Amino acid sequence: MMITDYLPIFIFLVVAVGFALVTIFLSSIIGKRKITPQKMIPYECGMDPIGQARKPFSVKFYIIAMLFIIFDIEAVFLYPWAVIFKELKIFGLVEMAIFIAILLVGFVYVWKKGALEWE
Amino acid sequence: MLAFVLIAIVKVLVVFTAMLLIVAYMTLMERKVLGHMQVRFGPNRTGPFGLLQPIADGIKLFFKEDIIVPHANRLIYILAPSVMVITALVSFAVIPFGDSVTILGHKVDMVVADVNVGLLYLMAISSLGVYGLVMGGWASNNKYSLLGAIRSSAQMISYELSLGLSIIGVLMITGSLSTVKIVGAQSQVWFVVYQPLGFLIFLISAVAECSRTPFDLTECENELVAGYQTEYSSMKFALYYLAEYAHILVISSLAVTLFFGGWQGPFLPPLVWFLIKVFIFIFFFIWIRATFPRFRYDQLMKFGWKVLFPLSLLNIMITGIVMSVIG
Repeated sequence: MMITDYLPIFIFLVVAVGFALVTIFLSSIIGKRKITPQKMIPYECGMDPIGQARKPFSVKFYIIAMLFIIFDIEAVFLYPWAVIFKELKIFGLVEMAIFIAILLVGFVYVWKKGALEWE
Repeated sequence: MLAFVLIAIVKVLVVFTAMLLIVAYMTLMERKVLGHMQVRFGPNRTGPFGLLQPIADGIKLFFKEDIIVPHANRLIYILAPSVMVITALVSFAVIPFGDSVTILGHKVDMVVADVNVGLLYLMAISSLGVYGLVMGGWASNNKYSLLGAIRSSAQMISYELSLGLSIIGVLMITGSLSTVKIVGAQSQVWFVVYQPLGFLIFLISAVAECSRTPFDLTECENELVAGYQTEYSSMKFALYYLAEYAHILVISSLAVTLFFGGWQGPFLPPLVWFLIKVFIFIFFFIWIRATFPRFRYDQLMKFGWKVLFPLSLLNIMITGIVMSVIG
């Protein structure tokens, strides 16, 4: 029963993939092509491109991604907890309060260290 | 079993077509509403009231030149818009849009798939959309695209956190991840009454997730040209837009399902109620776009991490305490 529940999703996926591929294929054969050298350079507001596009970028983004992983795992932990919260009652609440408090310490540390500042 | 498969195929095809139609007409609705809010008419030349405009746009985009720039990473460049549009469309599969009806002796649920982890599925699939965006921005090998992709991926993962946490209050009340059960639990009172803070956080994060004004730093026309879509043309460009609007549709439906009683309502048929509520949300999205200026990037990230994230944790704790006290 469990697997058949997902069958419609699978069919949906097949239809969506088919739609995307057919659309891209059709547009590539219908649209006429007229290649000029100007069209084929990276767009930089009409000027000749300067240097490479793949340059190092701010490390801030990397930190944000790491923080996201940590706190998103917290969110994933909360999902099953929330579903059985009614059975756990006050025990579950206290336990999760401690768990969130521990993570909040980390959050405050990150905040105080200035990882969330964008200067 | 055969009947089940046939019903599933028919449902998928109907929902898929309906989604594409709604998404196409959302573009017209947006232009019309924006037009009237700015004391213009919006498109009104193609057909009565411009009703054929989306079709004309679609045909035009099909006939546009499909440029694949030589400096791009070809395979990823082509795959990226499809990843985006597939994830946006497929995540709709668990949204219930009506009560179950009996057709020719078969009980048909008005939801494509009622899986027991519906909400988790939706969050998981829709967050995969970030890949499409990063892939597109990186593969284009263009500075604007790369900057746009990095910015928007950081924005989307930051707001996904509060989006994911804001719906936990609803899960605690229902005790189920199934979207059908969540709608069923709201037959008396809509959850927006129990979860006003959760709904507010959800709404703000949803606007940011869809990269809509005031959080549209992804596109940011006057700084980044068009962000990650700069090098895209023809239907690939259109697929990105399709994905964006489909995402708005999914998020609006999710908001209706979680906080506004889904398809439930008096007098009118369930499907009509569902569509009315969803379109109110879509209108709200357009309304915001016509009203607010854009955030600055540092403000955006600070707001997400320093305001919405702690608030959503607070919301969970308050919900937990209130539920324990009441029983």
